[in-house]
Formats: sequence, C-alpha cells, structure tokens
Amino acid sequence: MDFGFTEEQNRFRQEVRDFLEEEIKNGYWVPTCDAWVQGFSPEFTKRVADRGWIGLTWPKEYGGQGRSHIDRLVLTEEMLRYGAPAACHWFGDRQVGGAILSFGSEELKKEFLPRIVRGEAYFGLGMSEPGTGSDLASLQTRAVEDGDYYVVTGQKTWTSCASFAQYFDVYVRTDPEAPRHRGISEFIVDAQSPGVSRIPMSDITGTEAWNDVFFDNVRVHKRYLVGEKNRGFYQVLHQLDYERSGMERLMGNYPLFEAIIQFAKDNKLSREPVVRSKLAQLQIEFEVGRLLIYRVALVMEEGRAPNWESAMSKAYSTEFEKHVASVAMEVLGSYGQLAPASKSVPLRGMALHSYLGSKGYSLQAGTTEILKNILAVRRLGLPSS
Amino acid sequence: MKLTLTEEQEMLRKTARDFLGDKCSKKFVKEMEESETGYSRELWREMAGLGWMGLALPGEYGGGDMNFLDLAVLLEEMGRACLPGPFFSTVVLGGLSILDIGSEEQKREYLPQVIHGEKIVTLALTEPGYHNYDASSISVEAARDDGNYMISGTKLFVPDAHIADYLLCVAKTKPKSGITIFLVDAKNLGIKYAVLKTIAGDKLCEVVFDQMPVTKADILGRVDQGWGAAQRMVQRAAVGKCCEMVGNIQRVLEMTVDYAKERKQFDRPIGSFQVIQHYCADMATDVDSARFSTYQAAWMLSEGLPCAKEVAIAKAWISEASQRIFALAHQIHGAIGVTIEHDLQYYTRRAKAAEVAFGDADFYRDVVAKEMGL
Repeated sequence: MDFGFTEEQNRFRQEVRDFLEEEIKNGYWVPTCDAWVQGFSPEFTKRVADRGWIGLTWPKEYGGQGRSHIDRLVLTEEMLRYGAPAACHWFGDRQVGGAILSFGSEELKKEFLPRIVRGEAYFGLGMSEPGTGSDLASLQTRAVEDGDYYVVTGQKTWTSCASFAQYFDVYVRTDPEAPRHRGISEFIVDAQSPGVSRIPMSDITGTEAWNDVFFDNVRVHKRYLVGEKNRGFYQVLHQLDYERSGMERLMGNYPLFEAIIQFAKDNKLSREPVVRSKLAQLQIEFEVGRLLIYRVALVMEEGRAPNWESAMSKAYSTEFEKHVASVAMEVLGSYGQLAPASKSVPLRGMALHSYLGSKGYSLQAGTTEILKNILAVRRLGLPSS
Repeated sequence: MKLTLTEEQEMLRKTARDFLGDKCSKKFVKEMEESETGYSRELWREMAGLGWMGLALPGEYGGGDMNFLDLAVLLEEMGRACLPGPFFSTVVLGGLSILDIGSEEQKREYLPQVIHGEKIVTLALTEPGYHNYDASSISVEAARDDGNYMISGTKLFVPDAHIADYLLCVAKTKPKSGITIFLVDAKNLGIKYAVLKTIAGDKLCEVVFDQMPVTKADILGRVDQGWGAAQRMVQRAAVGKCCEMVGNIQRVLEMTVDYAKERKQFDRPIGSFQVIQHYCADMATDVDSARFSTYQAAWMLSEGLPCAKEVAIAKAWISEASQRIFALAHQIHGAIGVTIEHDLQYYTRRAKAAEVAFGDADFYRDVVAKEMGL
C-alpha cells in the first residue's frame, strides 16, 4: 500500500492551486458551494481547457492527455476546494465524454471529444422523467425510427445545467415490446433541435437548479445513437458509476466547511468543547471519505468501471455534506437562518444555502437507498429483494 | 497511491490466516480466557518459529527486516482470529519501543530475546484515575537514589504484566513532566501483580512498584526526556489496535452477511429484506473506511512520516465505526448472537477493549482538533 502522491502529482496539484488562486485574485469568480454544478462560466471553462485539463484521462488522439484517474481526481479535488465555477464542462468531462469513449462510434468520438476538451461543448443529462426516478428502466420517452432519423417524444426532468447545455445525453425507449431493460437507447441530442424546449425549476434555496426538458417530435440523426440500439440501460448503469465516482459528492460544499472552521477560530468558538468536537468529527469524516473516493479512482485506473465502490463513496459522502451543513447551522446559531442577501449574514449565507441544498445530495445520481441496494447485492452478494 | 497489498503481504496474510485458523479456534480462545496465564507456551514457540515476533525488526538482530505495514497485515489477522496472548505487548509495545529508543547495547541484548520468543515484554504506562495520556498524569515516581533510582507507585491496565519478563515502566523522574522510561526485570520481588477481570478476558494487570531499585543502565532512551518516546509508543499501539480491530470487524461483517443469507423467516433469507441489506451495506462502508484510514496511519508510521493527525483519525473513526458495526451485527444475528455459545460475542467483547485502549474516540477527536489549529 502507498497512500502518498508522486512528485509529479504534487507538482500538478500545486499548479492547479496556483491557477485557481490567481483566478480568485483577479476577481474572476468567488469560491461558491455547488459551483461545480451551478457555476456557469464559459470563460473559466475555456481557461481550464487551454491548460489541457478537460478530458485529462482521455486518449491523446481525441485531444485528451492520457493521464491517470488519480491525476484527474487531484485536479477536481482542487477545483472543488476552491469552489470554482466548472459547471459548463463538468458533465461532459465526468461522464458523457467517457460514455462516448466507451460506447460511441468513431464518428461520434471525433465529433464530440475534441470539442469537449476545448471547452466548447456543454452537456446536460436526460435520464429522469416525471414518473421515473430510482426505477430508471421505467422511462417513457420514445424514439421511433424514421429513415435515417429517430423521432424523439417525451419529457425529461431534474436536468442540471440544462439552461446552458448545448447537448443532452438522452435515454429513450426504442423498443416498447422488449422487456423494459432491453428496449432503451442512448442518444446525443442537440439542444437547439426544433421541438426541444426547457422550463427552469428552482430548488429549495431558490436557485435555478434544473430544467424540465421537453422533446416534441425531435428528429435526431441515427449517427447520434451512442452504442448499440436497445443497450442503453446497460450503458447508463456504466455511466452512473462514473457520475457517482467523484470528489464533488464529498466537497460540493467545501467552501462552507473551510469557512465554518475559520469562523469558529476567529470567534473563539473552537475553544468550546462541543464546537471543537463537532468540527474535529467533520474533519475525520472528510478525510475518511476522501480515501473512499481515491479508492474509486484506483479502481478506474485498473481499467474497471467502479460499481459498488462508487455507490459506497457517494452514499457515504453525501451524508458528510449534509453533516457539514448541519454543523455549520448549529455553530452559527440564530445567524444560520440569514439568507445570502440579508443584513448581518455571516459566511455570505453559505450555511443556509447548503443546509437547504444538501437535502438533495443524497437523492441526485442515485438515492442512498439505491446505492445501498447496489452495495448489498454487488459487494456482499445478498439476494435481490 | 496504491491501496492493495503486495504479493509478499498477501502471502503473509495467507500463512497467518491458515495457521491461526488451525491453531486458534474459539475453543482455544475460551480456554485462554479462563486460564491464568492467558496464553499457550506451545503456540507462542510456534509463532516465534514462523518469525512473527521479529517480523518488523531488523535483520541484524535476527529479525525479518519487514516493516510496520507488514506487521499491520499480521495484526489484522490476529484480530480476525481473536488471538489471545502477549504478542501485542511483546512486539508492538516492547520490541518496537526498544528498537525506537534503546541503546545499541540494549537492542543487542533484548531484541534477539523478543525475536526468538524467549521473553515476554510489556509496557507499564497508564495509572489509576481517569486521564488522557499526558505526561503530567504520570505519578509513578523513580526517585534518584545515590546515582540509581527507586520506583514506587501503581500502574493499571498493563497488559500481560503477570507473565512478563521485562516491563517498560514510564516513570516521573523530575517535577513538571520529566519522564524517564526504565526497562525493568518484571520478576523483581519489588513488583506485585493483580490480574483484572476484563470484558475481553485478556489479562490486564495492576502493577504495584514498592521501592523497587533500578540502575542507570536500565534507562531506555533519555533521562527526563522520555515523554516524546512514550507518545510514539502510544501512537504505534493505537495503530496496532486499529489493525486488530480491522481484522475483527471484517470478520464480523462476513459472519453477519453469511448469516443473513442463511437465516430464513417468512420463507425467505432475511438478507433479501431491504432493511437488512442496508444494515449490511452500512457495515461494509464502516469496515472499508476503517480499513483505509487504519492502513493510511500504518503506512505513514512505516514511512517515518509525521502522522499525529492520521493516527488520531484512524483510532477515532474505528472506535465509533466498530460500535455501529456491532449494534447492527447483533441486530441481524438476532437472539442467537447474544448467547455465550455464539462466536460473535468474542468479537463484541474484544472490540470494546480495543476501543478504549490507547485512546478512545473523544481523546483522538481532540487530537484532531489540535492538529486543525482549533
């Protein structure tokens, strides 16, 4: 075993930190909770792309750097530590690019991967539907073949980044007669296609977090079918393993974590045994979670898709994030209830935002209940319920 | 970064698991709990024959030249088997401490005896009362007596002292935390032992020093400056206990999952019920996270890196994770798991003992707080 990083990895981490600190110093953005999914900055994405930091693990022939999953985790860990506005490229970099790489045709790879790498193609996901949450195989959005095209009709929901996404990675039913797991296909749909419309939805904090995305007889050329027709369900399971794999599940509200520790120090609250103990416990939980996530990256490095490993790290980590928000509210006492724009608000209102927002962390990308099912069956071999 | 064992470590693990599977049945564990000495001379000699006592000690003294991380693998297997006896005391508390601070002469004299399984060593550190491993809490005194010393006072919770050949005694030699460590002959008539009756059935002792004379030559490490070394002893011991606990809870997870697959109610295995599945998933998460944080600390110790925070995280985490694991393991096992006939109780009792040994979660949370600058 070796829990250390190589010299090169340490240098890379420092390079990322220097870049991000410079960005903050220049006033380009302010560290923000949930910025990986809500921080929309095409300029930032472009600057990250210019450094070759999107598609870091992808093969060079598609514009990637062919670097390790540990390197990518170092990069994303620092992005999250600084609360950088990385939402434009996050989904393409994290999972859609990987899905195209794993299942897509050569043509699709050449069309999309270099553009994602250049920070020029933003993706949203079309998985959930109004009647389809944890039971993803029940999805109803249809695609009917019509010559060289498929005609897509239906509704997707909870789509993050949808208002600025240029493409959606959409799962649709292509064979309604087949058993439900075997009649689903994956398509890349241009968000500008006639018949695509979006309605924004605000989350409990009042932030526009998602969109409902509607498809009304949207014509999608066959070449935008990702992988095999009717194999989409197996592809989406693979993609979800990646969606759950990362540090954003542990560090989405890291700016708050850091700020509340500083706040406790500055206000001498950290001398109080109860506060001290709570903050130390958070630190313990954070560092333990970090190891679970590095394990996931090592699994990917072996060339395996992380399955129960990312289910474990994600289920664990979202509890940590909720715990951070709760402790922050407790430490702040009455001040915790103040909204970002309020007079007297501490920590720019991050505690309130995170306390409310964190309720969704254990729902998105697989509820904790589904993740525990995966752990029970895949890791422990318990019989399906 | 790499989170898997080396080939050599895998072999060590397999040897240990096979050997202990063969020699350390729960019947044997029970006998040892009920016996006066708490260990078997015969098994002790066999373990020495396998090179276990000297595994992490240098080859120049006859050791196996492996490191603390390798020893961690062995300790994990011992925890898995609930191995009774003075291995932990002799090796983790004794041998590694002598290696750390002993003079070359002391190492040449004592380490081969440890390595060959000839002598049992332990550490007399903690004392009556409730205090948390700080130098000012040491009241056992070694008074200067004509160039030599005279030790008086009581140590408590000293493992295996009643069978030990040597005691490392942490004593006060100067007011205001001047601490010196003495390596003393445990058979000296100036020492009285009483074996305590403990939750784990292990042999923790009260050790009373009554004006016991020791010479300058018995000093291990530096006069009056021994607290740093004592802290390192506690750190190694805490990680060592974590390793044993990892073996313990890993086994308990396996036992519990097996039981959930076999036990049927309402015509189906209880492991097919989602509530049981989620309990098991929670247990697995606690086991894996305890494993990684423990091995991280063991790796840092092995590499000689400063690791106060990582040690504290490992022990604080596993101390609470194991409580959660046992709550669920017992709930899933149902009533059979709370009988004395069932194997689970051996693990439950040992986990609690390990949890309070060398600092519990509250103690280490405060260490983490200090490391955070709180």
